[in-house]
Amino acid sequence: MPKLKTQSLHKQESELAVANKQLEILSNGIFKNGELPTFKDKISETGQFPLKAKKLEILQINVGYMCNQVCEHCHVDAGPDRKEIMTQETMQQILDVIKTTGAHTLDLTGGAPEMNPNFRWFVEEASKIGVKDFIVRSNLTIIRANKKYHDLPEFFKKHNIHVVSSMPHWTRGKTDKQRGEGVFDMSIKALQELNAVGYGMPGSDLKLDLVYNPSGAFLPGDQMSMEKDFKKALLEDFSIQFHNLFAITNLPIARFLDYLIASENYEDYMYSLVEAYNPTAVQNVMCTNTLSVSWDGYLFDCDFNQMLELPVNSKSKHISEYKTELLEGRNIIISQHCYGCTAGAGSSCQGSVA
Amino acid sequence: MPKTYYDPADLRKFGKITEWGEELGNKFFDYYSKVFEEGALTAREKSLIALAVAHTEQCPYCIDAYTKDGLQRGVTKEEMMEAIHVGAAIKSGATLVHGVQMMNKVNKLDG
Repeated sequence: MPKLKTQSLHKQESELAVANKQLEILSNGIFKNGELPTFKDKISETGQFPLKAKKLEILQINVGYMCNQVCEHCHVDAGPDRKEIMTQETMQQILDVIKTTGAHTLDLTGGAPEMNPNFRWFVEEASKIGVKDFIVRSNLTIIRANKKYHDLPEFFKKHNIHVVSSMPHWTRGKTDKQRGEGVFDMSIKALQELNAVGYGMPGSDLKLDLVYNPSGAFLPGDQMSMEKDFKKALLEDFSIQFHNLFAITNLPIARFLDYLIASENYEDYMYSLVEAYNPTAVQNVMCTNTLSVSWDGYLFDCDFNQMLELPVNSKSKHISEYKTELLEGRNIIISQHCYGCTAGAGSSCQGSVA
Repeated sequence: MPKTYYDPADLRKFGKITEWGEELGNKFFDYYSKVFEEGALTAREKSLIALAVAHTEQCPYCIDAYTKDGLQRGVTKEEMMEAIHVGAAIKSGATLVHGVQMMNKVNKLDG
């Protein structure tokens, strides 16, 4: 098992575990005194306020905050001590909705989604519906964490799951710094096992993509260059192959916000995000075609808003009362964390957007 | 006026030099961004050269900027340190190679 780095902010009873406290920090200081423009003011400059939801394409389900890792920058503040787990009843409500939405992508995330006791049942039922792209965001180490998870590569293959996994760097030091000691070696082993059943191989339909997010207070570089470097290093050093690399910006919330403040990088990081603002990225920002469902069935514009407890601006607030006509065209709820999705080439759970 | 010559926050204001000389300022920034584009050298290689030169020039702004730039490009700390040693080797080599001039002079005057 990877050595546990820390407890979640919730377990530590940190004031940053409180969503309102995070929102307060993001609205005060350099944004209140006018040093930097608020996200609302910035997108207003190019006539892009309010951001509006378009047709739903991606339904992202957070099946629980429990995780076997405690990564330094986790925006979910996930960990073994988190007990929020989606029930089978909520899963059934989601299955009923998926049949009617026409969303082409179903995206399961967590925590470690595999730790939800009803995870396999949900995957089996959802895969019968036949969405075009069925993603599971796997942290990789879970596959090696316990015997009961060792067959996950075969299980994913059976249901043609698109596996998307985090990998902050191709070197041990940088990966373990962010994700915990021993995570790199376990992740490498898990990737080799996924390759062994056909995942990530050239021409294979079994999709294996990696997510790169920076290990510190800086923005991700160009996605294509990073992909080239990752592919070369992982192939040469470990004979590992994968399809695409998604470069994702760390958003200044939860544990990453805590890290930024503790390391005295918060202001510089916010400056970097604002300076890298790209209006083209705003047009394709993921909240306009995605809906995030929390472990208890509530609806959010994205996983980040879920963690900040900012529910959708719609009368349809829970999966049990899902109504396309009430959700399409809704105004997206924004704050300064949104700069994270519009910096440089933009950032989404599917990587760059511009 | 600040009491120190260097303030890290001044790096953010670099772009403002165009306010007191627009044409030359813009020409400089156009040139600068063109130089760092992917060419016969990759942008990553150029970033490492810039980091080494930043050290030989002992420019604190440039060191901050190209350390961060390197991290963004996935450059490792081992690569960064090696690049700086290249700069340091050239700097010290440039000092030492003048020793030949000293030797020449000694030989001429007292050989």
